[in-house]
Amino acid sequence: MNVGVGLPTTTPGVTGELLLEWARRADDGPFSSVAVLDRVVYDSFEPFAVLAAAAGVTSRVRLATMIAIGPLRSTALMAKQAASIHGLSGGRLTLGLAVGARTEDYEAAGVEHRGRGRKLAQQLAYIRGGVDGHRVGPAREGIELLVGGMSGQAFSRMARYADGYAHGGGPPRAFESAAARARAAWGDLGREGRPRLWGQGYFALGDAETGNDYLRDYYAFTGPFAERIVAANLTSGRAIKDFVRGYAEAGCDELVLFPTSSAVDELDRLQEALA
Amino acid sequence: MRVEIVGGGPAGLYLAILLKRADAGVEVRVLERNAPDATFGFGVVFSEETLGALRDADPETHMAITDTFARWDRIDIRYQGRVVSSRGHSFSAIARRRLLGILQRRCHSLGVALEFGVEVEELPEADLVVGADGVNSLVRRLGDFGTKVEPEGSKFVWFGTDLVFDAFTFIFRETDSGLYNVHAYPYDERMSTFIVECPRETWLVDGHADRSEEETLAFCEQLFANDLRGRELFSNRSIWLDFLKVTNRVWHDGRVVLLGDAAHTAHFSIGSGTKLAMEDSIALAASFVRRKWDVETALVDYGLERGGAVERTQSAASESAAYFGRVGSYTQLEPIQFGFNLLTRSGRITHASLGVRDPQFTRALDGWLGGAEVSPPPAFSPFELRGVRFRTRFGLRPSGFVAVSPEARITHETPAIDDWKAPAGQVLLQLGHAGARGACQPNSVGADLPLAEGWPLVSPSREPYGPFSPVPGAPDEAAIRDRFITAARRAADLDVAVVELDMAHGYLLGAYLSPLTNPENERLRFPLSILDAVRAVWPGALAVRLSVTDWHPRGNSVEDGIAIARTLAEHGCDLVHVEAGQTVHDDRPEYRRGFLTALSDRVRNEARVPTLVGGHLTTVDDANTIVGAGRADLCLLDLPPRQVERTLGASNSLLLAEVRP
Repeated sequence: MNVGVGLPTTTPGVTGELLLEWARRADDGPFSSVAVLDRVVYDSFEPFAVLAAAAGVTSRVRLATMIAIGPLRSTALMAKQAASIHGLSGGRLTLGLAVGARTEDYEAAGVEHRGRGRKLAQQLAYIRGGVDGHRVGPAREGIELLVGGMSGQAFSRMARYADGYAHGGGPPRAFESAAARARAAWGDLGREGRPRLWGQGYFALGDAETGNDYLRDYYAFTGPFAERIVAANLTSGRAIKDFVRGYAEAGCDELVLFPTSSAVDELDRLQEALA
Repeated sequence: MRVEIVGGGPAGLYLAILLKRADAGVEVRVLERNAPDATFGFGVVFSEETLGALRDADPETHMAITDTFARWDRIDIRYQGRVVSSRGHSFSAIARRRLLGILQRRCHSLGVALEFGVEVEELPEADLVVGADGVNSLVRRLGDFGTKVEPEGSKFVWFGTDLVFDAFTFIFRETDSGLYNVHAYPYDERMSTFIVECPRETWLVDGHADRSEEETLAFCEQLFANDLRGRELFSNRSIWLDFLKVTNRVWHDGRVVLLGDAAHTAHFSIGSGTKLAMEDSIALAASFVRRKWDVETALVDYGLERGGAVERTQSAASESAAYFGRVGSYTQLEPIQFGFNLLTRSGRITHASLGVRDPQFTRALDGWLGGAEVSPPPAFSPFELRGVRFRTRFGLRPSGFVAVSPEARITHETPAIDDWKAPAGQVLLQLGHAGARGACQPNSVGADLPLAEGWPLVSPSREPYGPFSPVPGAPDEAAIRDRFITAARRAADLDVAVVELDMAHGYLLGAYLSPLTNPENERLRFPLSILDAVRAVWPGALAVRLSVTDWHPRGNSVEDGIAIARTLAEHGCDLVHVEAGQTVHDDRPEYRRGFLTALSDRVRNEARVPTLVGGHLTTVDDANTIVGAGRADLCLLDLPPRQVERTLGASNSLLLAEVRP
């Protein structure tokens, strides 16, 4: 299993400079990918813009959206953006797409919330299928495509159009059960081999309370569930090790650990914990 | 801290005990509508696991309860004049009245205020109000919990009897109007619980709606006179009821929290109601201790902690309730298989786990299937289909989609029958026409991604299959039928044991079967004409791959699929290869391990046709359980080839089917 690290695009006090510093140091470190979250109505950086910048300061790591909310965006423009980042980075883009969890993001973007699943299916078919006759370049070949979500339809879209599944986070047991569903869908759609399985978790190895406060705020829209997410924040080296082992045993291919504070020394601590 | 608990059943009393035990300074009062010794229902069941939790939570009550337990480790299944027994199932039961007595005494000794004969009409003033007032909870109706209450399973009536059973006993009795069944278990040295159940249709035909309490008792006593061996049934307001399944979106609303049956019910056939209720009490009390008596965070904790476990139990209970609702369709099964099907009904017991508890039972099952006293497990038992003898139940090698003609292909890479070569050991030739799902890019890119330059597609529908798919035209039915006939004739010259016609997943013949993709009324007409034509030229085993349900509100339901399977069998189909969905691209699939098993069970036992099932089965134990329980005859396992080799040892010839001369 590979381990990647999230860029702190949604945490308090983050700056452009800090994000580039994170990306540079992740590229120098043992990580196999850097990944970003997506949210419109929040003090956070836009995922494609950040990955484009990260492409310029890294040479090795994969650049991943975990996930981007596809239906908020115009299909052709998103395909062009993704292909551009893929081209800028020398073919390192992993594009994770899903419908997202918040209606307010749709309202802010001026996009109908109804029909979002249908639109995502259409976007995936467009990006993967080259139905535009490739008049909308650059070339999209080789973009690793992931789909997230927990509904049966999310799994069938994943198996139909993508290379793998982007899990939304949780204990290894929850990942394992989603992985079984992903594999079941993959086989049902007659795809060869197995889907690539990406997982994610949160960590705070410096100031745990700051991280927990951020998670409480970021997930306030989930109501009482926010406390469950806070409780799962990995705040010790031991917790990181157990989590990584649990995900590896559950069949995860790439585990992305997202910081819950912007401090760059979190990256050093994470590196130590993984060593 | 002042706590008012509405309802003096096991959940309410036990919570009172645990709260008071955690902090003697907490004021706890229990308000109960009935008298202290009034009780409805006779005995309640506990598992070993629950007992462990009770011991850890309060050793005093645990000791008092276990002192007066009836215990057994056997399940008896009385069916068609035979008794099938299984050992190794540790259960205990206690008279509900005795359990309440123990809990009440413990409450008194800890200083909990118990008030009986109190009818609560509005929420009491307190820091915490607990609704432990059962399935018809008043507390629940006074709050906003997103409650859903719906009947589940069959009709039932709850009796006691002075016949002391020595095992948990299921009794099945066939009558002219349908199958009745009994759940009976001892709960002390004098008495047993005796629950009679029958499907709603049977209940209507037999006119139970008009029977009084006495008449109902007399009817049941007479029906089960042999099993009761001259003993009596006792009524305790025993009338026919619907089991009500209660679910709530949330279990707390402000300072009010629901517990036990008020929060959730689980069908009695898995005997988990009291267990769940008392585990709720343990979790709620523990949350208060952990959260230092902060009501809001403790209630959030409680909901999060219990939600998953309760949901899993409720889903197993629903499986079990549904099983007893359709058990009449299993009466063609041999007693040993019937028994194994019953034991594995909710998915919590498998062939392997039962083999640990009760090796004698699995040996008997294996022996019956294998035809010799010492036989390998079910997946390794032989099976015969129109002259083809299979040595194992999971050795069938599907060819993958083989098109009846070049324009019937899915992708350029799909083999057409004229250039398909039967590989060695290949036994299942899957013949199909892609219909609206043709002319796609290679499978390595994705599924249903149209080629830039494809070929014309056909379908009974003018709707494109997915985004950017081309509009299909009208099929030339006679020409397509000829293609199927030619392909089936060709199969006779190849090393093929079973020919399968693809009527699943929205390919051409599957599209004909569904109202989503075929506007005409006689939807079986064309697929059946192909089945008949192929049957006439192919003498060997013939299978049909069928989407039993469309997984879509306007598509074929499971019942529709079973009816189709029955018709296919009447037209000479020997084996239904069970699939689901993909008739349209935006269906609502339900993926998990073994997602097709329940469908296969219903097709096999209701349409009475042999089935082949896949659906992400990942262990040989899956196949053993499925075949052993009669849910399918053959399985397709999702196992890496190396693991299959390891399972089979050196003699991987077991994988091959042989054709009898």
